Amino acid sequence: MNDDRLTGDGRPTRSQIHRGDVIARTLWPATKAILSLFLLCPLLVSCSGDLSVLDPAGREAAGVATLFFAMLIGGAVIWVGVVVLLFYAARKKNAHSEQGAGRLILWGGAVMPCIVLGALLSYAMWLMPNVRPFFSGGGEGLQQIDVTGEQYWWRVRYLDPDGSVAFETANEIRMPVGERVAFQLTSPDVIHSFWIPVLGGKMDMIPGRRNVLTLEGDKPGSYRGVCAEFCGTSHALMGFTVEVMEKPAYDAWLASRRSASGGGDAEGLALFLKNGCSACHAISGTEARGVIGPDLTAFGERGSVGAGTLGNTTADIARFLRDPAGIKPGVRMPHYNMLPEAETDRIAQYLKGLR
Amino acid sequence: MKSVIPREVETLWTLFTAPVVWALHFIICYATVAVFCAKRLPASFSFDTVRIVLVVVTLAALAMIVLSAYLAWRQWGFGAKDAPHDEPTRSSRTLFQGFATLLLSGLSFVSVVYAAIPLIFIAECQP
Repeated sequence: MNDDRLTGDGRPTRSQIHRGDVIARTLWPATKAILSLFLLCPLLVSCSGDLSVLDPAGREAAGVATLFFAMLIGGAVIWVGVVVLLFYAARKKNAHSEQGAGRLILWGGAVMPCIVLGALLSYAMWLMPNVRPFFSGGGEGLQQIDVTGEQYWWRVRYLDPDGSVAFETANEIRMPVGERVAFQLTSPDVIHSFWIPVLGGKMDMIPGRRNVLTLEGDKPGSYRGVCAEFCGTSHALMGFTVEVMEKPAYDAWLASRRSASGGGDAEGLALFLKNGCSACHAISGTEARGVIGPDLTAFGERGSVGAGTLGNTTADIARFLRDPAGIKPGVRMPHYNMLPEAETDRIAQYLKGLR
Repeated sequence: MKSVIPREVETLWTLFTAPVVWALHFIICYATVAVFCAKRLPASFSFDTVRIVLVVVTLAALAMIVLSAYLAWRQWGFGAKDAPHDEPTRSSRTLFQGFATLLLSGLSFVSVVYAAIPLIFIAECQP
């Protein structure tokens, strides 16, 4: 065997051949490790996006992300330290006195974990008050949004400062950037959990209880929220959109929602009413005042149909009208397959046109 | 060494002293805050008073655990002999029990401190 990488000229000596083998044998696992790291790269896409905890757009989420990375790096450092110690201990038997080993166990195995865990516990406790409004005067003076988790959609009511309902919407939340918003969370049926990962931690919505969560978005943009507690067959199809907006745009939206009316398209509205849609759905400015299903005022502006199930296009709305249960199992809305297609298309067109 | 506390207390019962103090401290903290916040008693005293009382309870618990640790340390001969105390003799058994009590006291001390940390950060009842 001739390995001129090692020898350059002449025949290699025995020890040089041996050394070459050792180098090759040590390098190969390292190469494999680096290759597998490259293969893991696609996982990095989960580090950003409108549903990622690791790409925060609010103060609470930033605190959680900091805690995550601190624990990840801290955990990695401790793990490497323990492994190095393990190899050292395996190679150097009896190199240290029993007393020294005992001291290492006392400081590294008992005292240090106590301090680290105490610090982590304190930091997590310190993060909590921001999320809980009762520490800052019960959330008074904040924009109050009442969110009700229902199977399988979100009823969203914007409240006036006096506590009365300004207007209702569904499956969409808009909030001003840099301003704390208090969410009043309830549920009429089963336990749901309200979670906007980019803005902060989740909070359960429990029948018979009112939980309060305050969140603040500090980066304008479109994000998503989900139900984080299994609530039935369509639990995975229970999402909503979150729009963090500049203050002037937000105020303009509030004003437009207060005066929104669905009466512009009289023919579409007549069809909507004739087929009984108004038994469950409300559209402000019209006779439709149903409260069982989502309020459809300004429906055309929403990001999705069926609580994050389909995109909001006329074709998707028509599909949903014809077969809601096929698209969203367990949904309480009956199908309208018996209507002529022209009629469902016309209703879909009307709904898409609502502003 | 002469002491106010006679060596006769060094029974198996001393082994449980520190964990029992830890358990009592936990129950007192948990139950006091829960009952205070659930009942919303007429405001003769505030949540801050509850916190101060619980801080006093915590200090008392820590003092008892330190006392228990000192007695255990004494029973262990102040660390003069090395573990493991595995001879089948009365003195070895006593030393082993003292050492175990000392370790349990340390664990209980840390646990009581951890259980008290929320008192610093939680300033009010939840709605």
